[in-house]
Order: sequence, then C-alpha cells, then structure tokens
Amino acid sequence: MNMLLVAEYRQGKVLGNFHELLAFAAQLQGQPSLFIVCDVNAPPAFPGRVYLADVATYKEYDPSSHQKLLLEAVRREGAEMVVFAHSSYGWDLAPRIALALGAAQISEVTAVVDGDCVVPACNSKLRRRVKSLSHTTVVTLQSGAFSAQAPEVGPSTIIPLEIDDATPYTFQGYETAAAGGVDLGKAAVIVSAGRGIGKPENVALVAELAKALKGEYGASRPVVDAQWVEHYRQVGTTGQTVAPKLYMACGISGAIQHLAGMKKSEFVVAVNTDKDAPIGEIADVMVLADLKQFLPVLTEKLRMV
Amino acid sequence: MKILVCMKHVPDMESKFKIAADGRWYDGGDLAWRINEYDEYAVEQAVRLKEQLGNSDITVLSIGPERVKEAMKKALAMGCDRGVHVLDDRPSDRDAMAIATIIAAFARGRNFDCIFTGMQSQDRGSGQVGILVGEMLGLPAVSTIVDFSCNGDNRYTVKRELEGGVRAVVEVRGPALFTCQLGLNTPRYPTLPNIMKAKKKELLTVPVTELAGTGNVQDTVQLFFPEKKGGGLLLEGEIPELADKLIAILKEKTTVLA
Repeated sequence: MNMLLVAEYRQGKVLGNFHELLAFAAQLQGQPSLFIVCDVNAPPAFPGRVYLADVATYKEYDPSSHQKLLLEAVRREGAEMVVFAHSSYGWDLAPRIALALGAAQISEVTAVVDGDCVVPACNSKLRRRVKSLSHTTVVTLQSGAFSAQAPEVGPSTIIPLEIDDATPYTFQGYETAAAGGVDLGKAAVIVSAGRGIGKPENVALVAELAKALKGEYGASRPVVDAQWVEHYRQVGTTGQTVAPKLYMACGISGAIQHLAGMKKSEFVVAVNTDKDAPIGEIADVMVLADLKQFLPVLTEKLRMV
Repeated sequence: MKILVCMKHVPDMESKFKIAADGRWYDGGDLAWRINEYDEYAVEQAVRLKEQLGNSDITVLSIGPERVKEAMKKALAMGCDRGVHVLDDRPSDRDAMAIATIIAAFARGRNFDCIFTGMQSQDRGSGQVGILVGEMLGLPAVSTIVDFSCNGDNRYTVKRELEGGVRAVVEVRGPALFTCQLGLNTPRYPTLPNIMKAKKKELLTVPVTELAGTGNVQDTVQLFFPEKKGGGLLLEGEIPELADKLIAILKEKTTVLA
C-alpha cells in the first residue's frame, strides 16, 4: 500500500513525531513516502521520496496552501493512505484532505486490528473499532501509540512542490506561555488536582498533601482553565511533561492529554470516586474515595510519619 | 452580524457506560446528558461576540433526538437568539462527514458571518466536523482556538493552541469558522430571568431527512471497553484505613517517605 506520511515543521525544526508515523507504516507493511513543508535546504533524513515545499513561501501554518500542496503529493504518489500525527497540525489539516479526496478520516488511531483502526471514545473510557469504506483513507495517530522508529539510512529522492494559492489565512507568529516560579520537572513528588476537586478552595487540600510529601502540586487542564491553579503548574500535552518518583492524581479522570504528561512517573497513585476512570489504566494504586475526605486524613497521618 | 453555533448533546463522561445491544455504540438509556463541553465555549464566544458588536443574531443548531432540546434551551438561556433542532433519532449512526454535510446544508445560503463549533465532541472525539463544515461552505476555518478577538470590519485574530504551551497567532477575514478549545473563555451560568426568557425564544424542529446528504465513508464495527492493563491495586474501604494502607505501600514501593 502506498502511504504518504505527513511530517511537521515548527519554529524552524522538523518535529520528531514523524518517526511514529514510520512505525505505523512498518506495522502495516506499507510503502511510505514523506510530505513536509520545511526549510528546503534541510529536509529530514528519509530513505525514499520526499515531497518538499518551501516554508519560506507557504509558512509554518497555512491550511489553504498546505492542503493544495499535500493533495498534489497524494495525486502524484497515488497514495491510498495519508498518515498524520493527531496533533494541532494534523487534526487541523487532515479533514481538509479527507473532504477533498472523499476519504474517510479516522482520528486518533491507537492500534490496527485485522485492517480496522481502533480509536478512543468517551474520554478514553471506551474503544471504537472503525472500518474505512473509501478508496483512500486518512488517519491521524494518537501521540505515543506507535513507538517511534528512526528512518533507515538511505538516499532521499526530493520532489519539490509548488502551487499558486491566494490564502485567506495570515499566520502572524508564535506566542509562548510565560514560565512560572515552579519547575515541576525537578520535583520528586507531585500531587495533582483534577476536575474532581470541585471548587477552588479544595486546591489547598492538594497543596497541603504535596507539602506533607515534600513535593509540589500540579493540576490537570480543567483546573487551570478554570483559573484555580496557574498555568505553569499544568501537567499534560499543553503543559509540562513530568516523571517524578511519586505522582498522585487526585480527582483526575486521565484524559490522554494528561497521561501523556505524567505516564513516565515511577509510581502513580490515583484518588478517584470512579473506578472506571482511565487513570486506572496506568495507576499502580487506585484509592477509591472522595478526595475531599481522603486527602486531609492522609495529610494528617503523613505528618506523623 | 449573523452567527451560527453548533452543539452536540453528550453523556456526562463520569457515567457508567453500557454497550448498546448492536455492539456498535453505547446504550443511551440511563445516562445523564449535557452540552458537549467544547461547545459550551463556542456558545459563550458567540454570545460575547454579539455583546461586543450589538445588532447580531445567534442561531444555535443541534442534531439529535427529542432530548437535545433541553440542552438547546440552556444555550438559549446563555444568550443565543433562536434554536434549530435537526431531529434525528440515531445521530451516532452518521460519521463526521455525514454530520458536517447536514450542518453545511442548513448553513448554505443563510449567509452566516461567523460560525463556532467545539473542537471535538467528548464521546466521538473525531475533531473533524467543524473544519469539514468550513471547507464545505468554502470558509476559512481555524481549529483549536484559545483566544478570539474580532477587530471590526469582519477581521478576526485568533490564537491556536499547539503542543507544549505554544500558541499560533492567525488572522482571517470573515465569514469564517472557528473550533473552540477548552479554556477559550469562561462559559456563563444562565440566570433565572434569562432561563424564563429563553422559554419564549424560537426553537424550530427540522426533520433530518430535509438536510441529510451523502452516506457514511466509514463504519463503526464495534464499541468496547479496553482491557485493563497491568496489576494496578484497587483500595476500597474506610478512609482512615485507606490512608494507613496507602502509607504502607508508599513505604514499601517508593523512597519518598524515607
């Protein structure tokens, strides 16, 4: 099967996530080619055809020209599958390609079973097995689902792409969130608050427990969005990635974006009232309790240890 | 300005899900339903845009069975002006392409200046419908926005959320579509007077057959619970006892209490 893998380029760098796309292609025994809009003088190492468009002309974000460039590559390659990472670049561009090709797009693929894709549903509590009914299929792959595989060494065949486009999008640049006073990456213990804390006053329960464990407190996205905790304490895809000796997830259901930021922790304790919460999949210990009752008692007992 | 907001009715994700008899979706019987979380941000942004510009009209659209009207009433109480309920008893049988086709069929020719959707639904999570609608209507569509401003003159500056705390600043000229990420704003709670007012707002029902187009391009073969991996230990019982047990485990398995 001819596959076109879509690599990403941001802030002057080729992102490493296309190595996961390679692993996917290898698992399906496909013949991969690569598409990327990047610095034409520094394309990624890839043993095969690289469809290359110039980022100086087409920008790092411009769905209009990138769509047309990629469609041109799909056409020339006769690709039967177009493979993206399920990332801010991938989920933005993939539907535009799928529509133009009349193709099924299967989002956030975690596995392939007998030719069908498996994707998460209902906040990762369930899985859905999906079959494409179209000639061409577009997939986006969940970050981390396919273990990155370095490209084999070999000569690239560069195929330059150019199109005319009057894009309606003006990409103005990037903004980076202000760093705060806490580097969670250095903490040996992190106690994180999730939606289950219920109200801002309960952040104190988590902070107190963190103190009793001589660690720091963090939070999952909903708590930061509600502005109960500063953004620099957010753990997850859009916040910090941490790997402490002990991670305590309090009232955190375990959305994939959160898990991606903490799954390398050495020991994970979840405190939750829902024993089916997806955090249970990676927790070493799941304490089935209301954190509002459990945390103060645990904190008190730890102070006496 | 004419504004369209699309919203989906989804189960509370804390629910105990059961697989439906056909094995392809969840059983909707005993679930508590709410507005898809991402769509609440879309509704709120639409209302804020109207508050900024004045002289605007917000239509909220939802596809689903009779029950979705309840959620639409909340959107009306938050400040939408009228509702369009596309009556479809089994929307889960339709894929993202089919759902987007329905929305685009409604929007086409109605000259909306600005369309908001959530960036994805909490149950299906494909993250496709909003962008597909934009593409079908030939409008610029920007996904995953966490900041929105309308500069007058139909120009919009938005910030897309990327990975690792980075945002991309993008400008487009309307008409345009935006898909909303969590944290874009703080969705308001409807006030009692507004809940009362919402009861008098127009809530039109359109049979889905009037708008539906092409069939599916993909098929759900099976919905299932993931296998529980590994030997995570489940602790249940009285609170003080749980705390003692956990401390014993931490002493044994970690070095953090040393």
